[in-house]
Amino acid sequence: MRLRLKIWRQESNEITGRMESYELKEVNEEMSFLEMLDVLNEQLMQQGIRPVEFDHDCREGICGQCGVMINGEPHGPLQNTTTCQLHMRTFRDGEEIYIEPFRALAFPVKCDLKIDRSAFDRIIQSGGFISVDTGQAPEANSTRIPVPVAESAFDSAACIGCGACVAACKNTSAALFTSAKITHLAKLPQGKTEAQERVLHMVAQMDAEGFGHCTNTEACEAACPQEISVLNIARMNWEFNKAHIMRK
Amino acid sequence: MTQSTLTRKIWMALTGLFLCFFLIIHLLGNLQLLIPGPASKEQFNAYSQLLSGNIIIKIIAYILYASIIAHVVYAIIITVMNTRTRNVKYHYDKRGNLSKWYTRNMGVLGTIIFIFLVIHFRDFWYVYKFGELPLDEHGHKDLYTLVITVYSELWYVVIYVICMIALCYHLIHGFFSAARTLGLYHPKYVRWIRILGWVYSVGICAGFAFIPVYVHFLK
Amino acid sequence: MLESKIPEGPLEEKWNYYKSHTKLVNPANRKKIDIIVVGTGLAGSAIAASLGEMGYRVKSFCFQDTARRAHSVAAQGGVNACKNYKNDGDSVFRMFYDTLKGGDFRSREANVYRLAECSANLIDRAVAQGVPFGREYGGYLNNRSFGGVQVSRTFYARGQTGQQLLLGAYQALMRQVHAGHVQLSTRHEMLELVVIDGKARGVIVRNMETGAIERHGAHAVVLATGGFGKIYFLSTLAMGCNGSAIWRAHKKGALIANPSWTQIHPTSLPQSGEYQSKLTLMSESLRNDGRIWVPKKQDDQRPPNQIPEEERDYYLERRYPAFGNLTPRDIASRAAKERIDAGYGIGPLKNAVYLDFSKAISEQGEEKIREKYGNLFRMYQKITNVNAYTEPMRISPAAHFSMGGLWVDYELMTSIPGLYALGEANFADHGANRLGANSLLQACVDGYFIAPYTMANFLADEIRTGPIDTRHPAFEAAEEQVRDQLRMLETIQGKHPADYFHRQLGRILYDRCGLSRSAPGLESAITDIQQLRKEFYKQLYVPRGFAINAELEKAGRVADYLELGELMCHDALNRNESCGAHFREEYQTPDGEALRNDADFSFIAAWEWQGANNPPLLHKEPLHFEFVTPSVRSYK
Repeated sequence: MRLRLKIWRQESNEITGRMESYELKEVNEEMSFLEMLDVLNEQLMQQGIRPVEFDHDCREGICGQCGVMINGEPHGPLQNTTTCQLHMRTFRDGEEIYIEPFRALAFPVKCDLKIDRSAFDRIIQSGGFISVDTGQAPEANSTRIPVPVAESAFDSAACIGCGACVAACKNTSAALFTSAKITHLAKLPQGKTEAQERVLHMVAQMDAEGFGHCTNTEACEAACPQEISVLNIARMNWEFNKAHIMRK
Repeated sequence: MTQSTLTRKIWMALTGLFLCFFLIIHLLGNLQLLIPGPASKEQFNAYSQLLSGNIIIKIIAYILYASIIAHVVYAIIITVMNTRTRNVKYHYDKRGNLSKWYTRNMGVLGTIIFIFLVIHFRDFWYVYKFGELPLDEHGHKDLYTLVITVYSELWYVVIYVICMIALCYHLIHGFFSAARTLGLYHPKYVRWIRILGWVYSVGICAGFAFIPVYVHFLK
Repeated sequence: MLESKIPEGPLEEKWNYYKSHTKLVNPANRKKIDIIVVGTGLAGSAIAASLGEMGYRVKSFCFQDTARRAHSVAAQGGVNACKNYKNDGDSVFRMFYDTLKGGDFRSREANVYRLAECSANLIDRAVAQGVPFGREYGGYLNNRSFGGVQVSRTFYARGQTGQQLLLGAYQALMRQVHAGHVQLSTRHEMLELVVIDGKARGVIVRNMETGAIERHGAHAVVLATGGFGKIYFLSTLAMGCNGSAIWRAHKKGALIANPSWTQIHPTSLPQSGEYQSKLTLMSESLRNDGRIWVPKKQDDQRPPNQIPEEERDYYLERRYPAFGNLTPRDIASRAAKERIDAGYGIGPLKNAVYLDFSKAISEQGEEKIREKYGNLFRMYQKITNVNAYTEPMRISPAAHFSMGGLWVDYELMTSIPGLYALGEANFADHGANRLGANSLLQACVDGYFIAPYTMANFLADEIRTGPIDTRHPAFEAAEEQVRDQLRMLETIQGKHPADYFHRQLGRILYDRCGLSRSAPGLESAITDIQQLRKEFYKQLYVPRGFAINAELEKAGRVADYLELGELMCHDALNRNESCGAHFREEYQTPDGEALRNDADFSFIAAWEWQGANNPPLLHKEPLHFEFVTPSVRSYK
């Protein structure tokens, strides 16, 4: 199949970028989207053009490093799919495809489609953990955790940190990412001890990074490759309100 | 502005919910316009008088004014701040596929409602409070006749109905969103709240919209 | 020369003895000690967090954009631990024996025993961190079975166990970063090891966002950089996985042990075309309920559901009735290759076999299967557009795990004092074949429970050293070397990008140093790789002059692979026996099983770098079996 690509090119953070058009003549529909970009890059290098920089690593949908806007949607038109798992059979022959980096003030573009998502790391650093040192753990089966609790904690913990939720949000809110970690740890007995401190610190850090307000449009859930539920946001709000009221 | 994003949203939710509560009271009052015959006029004017004299009602009224102002001010702050978090626009944006249109346009809907409120306040509230209104036979200010006169203008009825549709969508998302902001996370109750929100919003707005239509065409 | 430093005494007391007699560093002195950790996977995050908790000053590096993306994240099936929660007769000794046997008796008894011994602690640790393992309805932890064993000792978090364990370690690391004990640099790639007076004293890294070359000094360096299976180009590994850190350490004097032992995983998705960049793994846990078969007729064109039961060859169940579809990976992969090579392969390229769930679905119901493997089935559908509930999966073997790696002693220290290798980067515990769900275990145990103790033994003597001065001539020289190499790669300006050479190297290795090897094949592979290397340095194309330059990064890695690949062939050629994943065609039983030679090859082959144009030098570390007698591995 043939494709016309419109790709965001920006050599570095300091330089303003622009959309560039490229044409690919022989694309196999069994290719993954990133393999299509590999092919494009080989073609660009033959023409002496700087290849397109994009983030990717595991190419099996779990590392969370890939992620671009494809035709105006994070990770492309298929729901709950990462960019690397998107295959070219989803597109039509001759289609024009727009490829842009995720955009948010908190996610500065580094080069072409590469962005800086270290804001997420700092949110986790502010409290997204259980404070337990190596060697302090009690016998694993000493705490019983009912299956529904363990399963729903897993659902929240499944987040891969790709940033599609922020990209999908008209307010570039990181509520889904932040709340998924808060909820994962708040649901488990091990994490309850620090729940109050955690939610206050993580929300403060989320705000400090320059993410927007969540207005509950639920676009984040629709874009999330791991189908993280917006109810995590509700749980975060609950934990936050509780912490505020109970705070001394 | 040291408040967190969540705190600002909580104020939006609380003020919004108070306004939701007020709408119920307001609608109950307005429904008296539907009473057939002259009893309607008497009831409505007496009710208006009652509301303007009662101290509790007065306090509620001030909370109401404060809620409207806070709701609007926070909406502006949130919108401005959210706009700042987006540095560059997408060249091709299809994110509309991912959420419902009215959830993304609460500001636009809110602005329509706000403009309506200004007109509404000028036409009724201002006239009743500060204007010259003739008294009816029981010595109450005759708000009833004013309402009937205004409702006899077709263009006003049309604007009124359009604004009620805007209000309806605003309420559907607002009611549900407020519950979420306050932290309702249990899936079962979230479902109920969604249904309740729909019933409430459609009920309130259909009720409000029906009154001028009824008055215009049938009274 | 090779001193494994295994403590004296009975097997079950060695580790305790070691722990009680090793040197310690006083908490006040730990602040004076810098440690560099390269890699933030399970082993890297675990050791960096543990050292940070203890109060050392840690610098941690990873090439990904955040520490949470390291490829440990992709492990699906589970992590082994001999908790014996299932009451099915599990014990430390049994786990030790299974692992040793699974590795075809080519690993150290003491190391493997310690791995089994620490396994129970790991589950406690992970649960305390909030890892949401699968549970039973009473609220207790659940287990599943995995290949190569007859007990259920695998703990799991759906099909994303690696992700959940890594997030636990990542969060522990983030906590230390926040506390200021660990200084984390993401998007930094280690390009050189600095050795001063025989000790590892620092690294040279390249900042992949600015192109800056940086020097970092420390009293000890930990390499937790994972495996190098990506050398085969098509593999289950992430695109960025590489062998460069260990290879550059190797060139500075660290020995590499058993580099040719690469696990070829039996259940990955088959290649579908030339453009393909990776082979996605489907968890081995699928073999719990899936049955593997090929048609009995060669070149059978019928769709799988139209092939009647009696015309299907369930070759694993036929050949290995005791373990059936749950035979260890090396055996399952080789059996698949045997069928494919014999012309029974399926799919458009005839390079796959079927993994069929119809029996499990009819017995347990689709719902039950969905509950166990739902995410895997969904992933399969996303990639292939086939619904595996109604049609069998197509799977084929793919390069997966490096059993080989930097040679380390019992303390996980390489042959360079002060340089440690943890997790998949070392060669230690898996012998010639790794059992499923043991890699997460090894990485965690190395990072949480072993290295924190053993490193103190070395660091206790470093408290008076003072900060390492990065103006030392050794840093100067190492930095210059890195700059020279980068400049050289950029100035070739040939015709082909790095991937072109990488693909060719991959093909050579798959064909001649993959599932089966032979002396003539390996000899020709060595010549071909040398030839390819020459061509690489003449024809490589790297875009010149950009700070962010993925092609430059790749080129550096491929340059290392082209040397490492040759070493793998030397290693495979040297070992005139078949064991585990290493199958030499010359050494097999009449019915095609591996023929081990304990008399001549019961040793670890540790190789020393002798320069690019000289063959590597072999050091042998003999394996002593004091507590078990190596037997012929049979899964029949």
